[in-house]
Amino acid sequence: MADFANPEVVQEEVDILLIGGGMACCGAAYEIVRWAEAAKASAGVDLKIKLVDKAAMDRSGAVAQGLSAINTYIGSEQDPADYARMVSNDLMGITRDDLAYDLGRHVDESVHLFEEWGLPIWKTDPATGERHDGAQGMTPLKEGGKPVRSGKWQIMINGESYKWIVAEAAKKALGMDRIQERVFIVRLMNDKNDPNRIAGAAGFSTRENKIHIYKAKAILLAAGGCVNIFRPRSVGEGTGRAWYPVWNAGSTYSMAAEAGAELTMMENRFVPARFKDGYGPVGAWFLLFKSQATNAFGEVYMAKNKEMLNDYPPYGQAAVPASCLRNHLMLKEMQEGRGPIWMDTVTALAKLRETLSPREVKHLEAEAWEDFLDMCVGQCGIWVGENIEPEKKNSELMPTEPYLLGSHSGCCGIWTSGPTDVGAPTSEALPGAPAHLPSGWNWGYRGMTTVSGLFTAGDGVGASGHKFSSGSHAEGRMAAKAMVKYCLDNKDLKVEFAETAEELADAIWKPVRNYMEFKDYTTAIDVNPNYITPKMLQFRLQKIMDEYVAGVATYYKTNTVMLGVAEQKLEMLKEDAQKMRAKDLHELLRAWENYHRILTAEAHMKHIQFREESRYPGFYYRMDYNMVDEENWHCFVNSIYDKNTKKWTCFKRAHVDLVDKSKLFKPAAH
Amino acid sequence: MPTYVRTDKCDGCKGQDKTACMYICPHDLMKLDKDGSETGHAMRAFNQEPEQCWECYSCVKICPQQAIEARHYADIVPLGGQVQPLRGSDSIMWTIKFRNGTLKRFKFPIRTTPEGSIDPYGGKPSADIAKIAENGFFNHMEQNGYRVGNPAELIRK
Ligand SMILES: Cc1cc2nc3c(=O)[nH]c(=O)nc-3n(C[C@H](O)[C@H](O)[C@H](O)COP(=O)(O)OP(=O)(O)OC[C@H]3O[C@@H](n4cnc5c(N)ncnc54)[C@H](O)[C@@H]3O)c2cc1C
Ligand code: SF4
Ligand code: SF4
Repeated sequence: MADFANPEVVQEEVDILLIGGGMACCGAAYEIVRWAEAAKASAGVDLKIKLVDKAAMDRSGAVAQGLSAINTYIGSEQDPADYARMVSNDLMGITRDDLAYDLGRHVDESVHLFEEWGLPIWKTDPATGERHDGAQGMTPLKEGGKPVRSGKWQIMINGESYKWIVAEAAKKALGMDRIQERVFIVRLMNDKNDPNRIAGAAGFSTRENKIHIYKAKAILLAAGGCVNIFRPRSVGEGTGRAWYPVWNAGSTYSMAAEAGAELTMMENRFVPARFKDGYGPVGAWFLLFKSQATNAFGEVYMAKNKEMLNDYPPYGQAAVPASCLRNHLMLKEMQEGRGPIWMDTVTALAKLRETLSPREVKHLEAEAWEDFLDMCVGQCGIWVGENIEPEKKNSELMPTEPYLLGSHSGCCGIWTSGPTDVGAPTSEALPGAPAHLPSGWNWGYRGMTTVSGLFTAGDGVGASGHKFSSGSHAEGRMAAKAMVKYCLDNKDLKVEFAETAEELADAIWKPVRNYMEFKDYTTAIDVNPNYITPKMLQFRLQKIMDEYVAGVATYYKTNTVMLGVAEQKLEMLKEDAQKMRAKDLHELLRAWENYHRILTAEAHMKHIQFREESRYPGFYYRMDYNMVDEENWHCFVNSIYDKNTKKWTCFKRAHVDLVDKSKLFKPAAH
Repeated sequence: MPTYVRTDKCDGCKGQDKTACMYICPHDLMKLDKDGSETGHAMRAFNQEPEQCWECYSCVKICPQQAIEARHYADIVPLGGQVQPLRGSDSIMWTIKFRNGTLKRFKFPIRTTPEGSIDPYGGKPSADIAKIAENGFFNHMEQNGYRVGNPAELIRK
């Protein structure tokens, strides 16, 4: 019988493994079954597929709580090129147009399916202009129904059950016998005979004492972004109230890096300006309710400080300034002592009342609350605790601690193969990339990383961003299709691990052994010179990142020397991660999550160190290179990690525009 | 606001081996205390790491006994407020109580089809293996959502 000291090792061989059960993997699960059926019918290849998720798909990933908007919907009136331009503008010019454009072509297909499956999507009545919630049975989007736009790309939904619905379709498509929930993947394995090829993945069950080892030809790694590498603003009970979900721990980036995949733009981060403490969304307040943000004295900082935008040509001259630049203008007020920052909900709602009927006003109030209740209940908690009714009392805004993600308003992630029909480069114009890596932006399979057989989607795909829930689903579908093709093209491929099953199991169970061996050395279970608790490991990581790598403690500022200090401290932290302890399965989960966080944080630090400029003012500043340097740094920063030497190599890749960006900018003011 | 479980309402999901709250929590926080050794309350669930709770309310919404509520993060929020949902099959009802006693109620739709009714491939064509390297998905524009784009916008083609 397996017990905590002696876990059972379960080995399984599949063709395709999907890691994660979020939006991207739900999309993949849906798309893949039909292609697998076609592969069987046409080529007689019977593909074995498996999906593993650390949680339950009904509520796993960033959409667990629900959402109040689908942030990427192109519609028939806009062009994928407009979308690619917007993505580029918000991310200060360094994105892959091929990836964004391709996503723009495909994404609405997924949105229309969501509606068919039962997701209520708000509609505008074309006759009266009135908006209706999604249960009113108006014309579906697929047949030309008009969504309610809360911005150029967002559409409003009643999205409490968004994930539940998308997961239902995925689970039915794939079948529960091909799904394993509550398995946390710790690492990927490369092929013994070709270290640049993927061969499988290993992890453990958080419910039974079992280690799972999967051999697979193709893997979709879509385990979300990374939260909690920086010290959060609240460090008591409120630690859990991160903006992005606490459970996305950087597994995508760290496991890809250890498998040898090329990462891109890991210096990018997202520092959302949100309602203070609850981190409630602001989009609907700005765009739907036309609210303004002011400093303590009622001055609109976006107007007051607009000259500051001229420091960043051409990006400052865009019709809609990038998210980081909006933070930049806000931070000036905070740093010069004119905080707090207010969201003027009182004026906004009063203005709307002037033109609306009482029925519409009541509806409006419900909409304001639904925006939070659908995706950030915690913000309502703050409102009720502090007696805030938005029509009577304004709320504070605050920039949060930094997050790493590739699908929301950030673009860190893995360098992936794009479409071949949009004019993407096929060779590399800058020197420096290690010779074994592909040149150009596509190398055969859509969504494949630079490691053969390893694919990614959603938060995993770097240098794009603004895909959001719908785009992540569509991207998962694109990758699924390409994985089936990869398997057909590599029918006779046999992969093998370099490590034995025992070696893999030993590595995964090490935190448990550390605990078992040393627990009786002291009388206090948490204080022991031979091991470190995952919680303390996390605190140490957060302290380093916060104080040296441009966290909130320094108002997002760092410099070469601070980064050098962080580098040394992170190296020791990584060494100490060998001494993580786990007193139960729950703590084993925390131990490996934090290991993933450390590697992700290290990548972030190394990229910031390599890029000698401040590409994202408002998100971070390198004070010794406090400018956007278009001449030297209008390029991608990419890296690879060597898991044996534990060293990073950073290098540049050339940036190329595939759509004309000049349409975005007004002529420079000086 | 970490969640808490009310001793008077939780029935440990009637001793099934998988409780609803343990099943659903995306962060592995809910735990059943079978023998009472961890909380003093046998066969009741508890939140084992309240400072890691995202307040996603997944456990609150799924608990068949409505035994789970949330007390807003004590290090941030004054006491006395409460936000409590009752999730049905097509809508969710929220009861919102302010610290000063003000009450609000909201009801929002959550889905337009019966739960469990999705027929993923119903009425959809099968994939055409000849098109596996082309753009688009297996159902070939059956959803009218593929946006071809104006070719003139692609400046390097
Ligand atoms: C607060 C917030 C607000 C947002 N607002 C909107 C919005 O209004 N509109 C919109 O369209 N989008 C919004 N998004 C963005 C959207 O949620 C994400 O873009 C999308 O969920 C990303 O999909 P993904 O599949 O990459 O990751 P996720 O959906 O996060 O899924 C990650 C999956 O990986 C699993 N996992 C993680 N690590 C492991 C591991 N080691 N082993 C096994 N499984 C693992 C997780 O359990 C989860 O299933 C929002 C996100 C947040 C957090
Ligand atoms: S779901 Fe509710 S009844 Fe069941 S164990 Fe959890 S708290 Fe108790
Ligand atoms: S609210 Fe969410 S994170 Fe907190 S215990 Fe419940 S399911 Fe887990």
